[in-house]
Amino acid sequence: MIAENLPALQVVVPLLAAPLMVLVRRRTFAWLLAVAVSWTALAIALALAFKVREAGVISYAMGSWPPPWGIEYRVDALNSFVLVLVSLVASVVMPYARTSVAAELPRDQHYLFFSMLTLCLAGLLGIAITGDAFNLFVFLEISSLSAYVLVGLGRDRRALLAAYQYLVLGTIGATFYIIGVGLLYLMTGTLNIADLALRLRDVHEMRPVLAALAFITAGIGLKLALFPLHFWLPNAYTYAPSAVTAFLAASATKVSVYVLLRYYFLVFGIPLVFGRLPMAEVLIGLSVLAVVSASLVAVYQRDLKRLFAYSSVAQIGYITLGMGLANEPGLTGAVVHLFNHGITKGAIFMLLGGVSLRVGSTSLERIAGLGKTMPLTAFGIVIGGMSLIGIPGTAGFISKWYLILGAIAHGYWWLAALIVASSLIAVAYVWRFVEVAYFRAPAPAAAGLAEAPVSMLIPAWIMVAGCVYFGLDTGYTLDGARLAAQVLLSSVR
Amino acid sequence: MSLAGHYTYWVTIFLMIAGLYIVIARGNLVKKLIGLGIFQTSVYLLYIAPGKLIGGTAPILAATFNTYSNPLPHVLILTAIVVGVATLALGLAIVVRIREAYDSIEEDEILDKDSAGDEGQ
Amino acid sequence: MTRDLVLRVLGKLLIPFVLLFALYVQFHGDFGPGGGFQAGVIAAAAVIFYAIIFGLPAARRFAPDWLIESMVALGVLVYGGVGVFGVLLGGNFLDYFVLAHNTVHGQERGIFWVEVGVAITVSGVMLKVFYMFAGRQRDRDEE
Repeated sequence: MIAENLPALQVVVPLLAAPLMVLVRRRTFAWLLAVAVSWTALAIALALAFKVREAGVISYAMGSWPPPWGIEYRVDALNSFVLVLVSLVASVVMPYARTSVAAELPRDQHYLFFSMLTLCLAGLLGIAITGDAFNLFVFLEISSLSAYVLVGLGRDRRALLAAYQYLVLGTIGATFYIIGVGLLYLMTGTLNIADLALRLRDVHEMRPVLAALAFITAGIGLKLALFPLHFWLPNAYTYAPSAVTAFLAASATKVSVYVLLRYYFLVFGIPLVFGRLPMAEVLIGLSVLAVVSASLVAVYQRDLKRLFAYSSVAQIGYITLGMGLANEPGLTGAVVHLFNHGITKGAIFMLLGGVSLRVGSTSLERIAGLGKTMPLTAFGIVIGGMSLIGIPGTAGFISKWYLILGAIAHGYWWLAALIVASSLIAVAYVWRFVEVAYFRAPAPAAAGLAEAPVSMLIPAWIMVAGCVYFGLDTGYTLDGARLAAQVLLSSVR
Repeated sequence: MSLAGHYTYWVTIFLMIAGLYIVIARGNLVKKLIGLGIFQTSVYLLYIAPGKLIGGTAPILAATFNTYSNPLPHVLILTAIVVGVATLALGLAIVVRIREAYDSIEEDEILDKDSAGDEGQ
Repeated sequence: MTRDLVLRVLGKLLIPFVLLFALYVQFHGDFGPGGGFQAGVIAAAAVIFYAIIFGLPAARRFAPDWLIESMVALGVLVYGGVGVFGVLLGGNFLDYFVLAHNTVHGQERGIFWVEVGVAITVSGVMLKVFYMFAGRQRDRDEE
C-alpha cells in the first residue's frame, strides 16, 4: 500500500505535518516532527529514485482520475534527482535549525517557523514531482508564500523590505508563469505536461506558443534569479534567518531551474527553443553576464552573507550556461551543478549561521581572526569556497569540468576559457574571506569567542563533507545527472 | 475574426499592462500591491473568457441542453484567486510591519532611512 | 465600540441568520452554487460583522485566537485526512471512488468531507487575517 503511493506521500507527508505543528503548538514537537518529516521525505525520494532506475518512469494518478484528465504525478530520472537534492538539504537543515532559530526568533514563533519551513519543503517537492502545469503553479505559490514569510522573519528590519521585494517580484514571476500556461492551455486544451508536449507538436509554430514560451521564460527566470532578474535574491538571502538562507539557497532556485529545464526540453522541445528561436545564444549570453558581473560584485561586498548571495547568482549562471549549451556534457554539468552547488551553498550558509550566532554579524570587519577563534567554522567555509571555485577534489570541480566539456563539444573554446577565467574571480572573493579570517589578528572584543554550538556544527560539517565526498566519488551524482540529461535530450531522437 | 471580436483579450492586456505599470512606477508599497492585484486579475480574465461558449450552460447533463461551457478554467481560477488573496494578505501584513519598523510606506523614504542607518554604524 | 442602537439590535437579529445561511450554502453545495469556500467566508463575515459592531474584544471572547489558529490547521488536516483515508481503503491519494460501496456515493462522500475541511480553513483564515489587521495597534499598545 505504501509502495504504490510513494509519489503522493512524498508531498503529502510534509504538507500535512505543517498544519499538525500549528495544531499542537509545541516548539519541541514541531522541531521533532519537522526532522522526522524531512528524513521520511529523503527516504521516499531515495526509494523513488531507486524505483525509477529499475523500472523507468513512475506515473501516479491523483484521486484515481487517469491522466491527462486528472492530476498526474510523474517521476523520471530528472525530477527524482531534484527530489533527492531538496529532501537531502531539508533533512540536514532541519536538525540544524533548532539552535539557530532559538537564537534568532522569539520563542512563541518557533512552531510557526517550523510549520512554514515544512510547508516550503512540501511546495518545493510538489513542484518537482507534479506532472500538471497548473498544479505546478499552486506548489510554486505554496513554496514561495512560505518563503516570503520565512525571509520576513529575519531580525534586521531590512528583512521586511527584502521579503516585500521578494513577494512582489516572485508574484510577478508566478503570474507570468500562469499567463504562459494559460496560453498553452488555449492552444492545446490540456494541462498535463507530458500531454502538452505531444499536442504542441501540431501547433508549435503559432504565435501564442511563442508568447507562452516568452512568458514562462521571464516568469521562471524571475524565480530562479536568472541575470538580470536577480535583484530580490541578495537582499532576501542576506537578511533572512540563517537556517532559511541555507535552505532556500540550496533548494528553491534549483527547483525553478528544474522547471525551466522541463519546459524547454520536454514541452517546447529543442527544435523550437534552440533551433527556431535563438534561446541558446540568449541563455549563454545572460549566463556569461551573470557569472562575470555577479562574481565581480561579490568581490566588493562587505558582508559575507551578501557576498555568497551574489556568488549564488553567479553559480546559477553556470547552471543556465549548461542549459544553453543543450548537449549531453553541458546538461550533465548543469544538472550535477544543481546538486553540487546546492550542498556547497547549504554548507557555507549553515556555517555562516554559526558565525552570526557567535559574532553577532557576518560583516567582514567583525570576523577578523575567525580562523583562530572559530577554527572549524572557518575551515569549513574555506572548503565550501574551494568548491565554489572548482578546485579538483571538490564537488564544484566536477560540474565545471562537464560545463567545459560541453562548451568544447560545441566548439566554443572562448567559452571554456571564460569558465576557467571566471573561476579566478571566485578565487578573489573567497580569498577575501581567507585573508580576513586567517591573516588578521582577532579583535580584542573577539577574545572570548567560542566555536559554534555542536548541534549546528555537525549538520553543517555533514554538508561540507558532502562537498568533498561528491568531488571524489561521483558515482551517484554524475550517473543521476547523466540519466537526467539523457531524459532531457530524448525528445530529439 | 476582427479585432473587435477579440475584445476580451484587449481588456486583459490593458489590465495586465496597467497593473504591471503600477507595480513598477509607484513608490507607495500599498499602491504597488494594488497594481499587483490588478495584474493578477487580468490573468483570471485570460482564463475565464475563452472558456465561455455563447449559449452554453453549466456542464450538468440534462436532456434540454447540449452546449456546455468549459468548467475547468473556473476551477483553475478559483485556485488562482485563493492564491491571489493569500499573496495580498501576506503583502499587506508585511507592509504593516514595515510601517511599524520604518514609520513610512514610501519606498524612497525607507531606502533613505536604511542608507542613513548604514552610515551611522 | 459604537453606541448605535439600531445597528446593535439589527446585528443581534441578523447574525444568527448569517451563520445559518453559511450552513445552507455549505450543504446546498451538492445541488447548486455553494460549497466550502463561500460558506467559510459567510461564516467568517458573521463574526467580522459582530466584531465591527460590538468591538474586537467581544469577538475574541466568542472566537478566541487559539481557536482560529487551530481551525486554519484543522481544515487542512480534514481535507488531507480524506485523501489519506482513500489510501487506507486501498485507492490512490484523494481517491473518492473507494469511500463508499458505489463510485457515485463515494464521490459524494469524499467531496462532502473535503468541503467541510475547506469551510473550516477558509473561515479560520478570514478571521485570522481580520484579527491580525484589526488587532495590530491594540496588541502593540498592550506590550
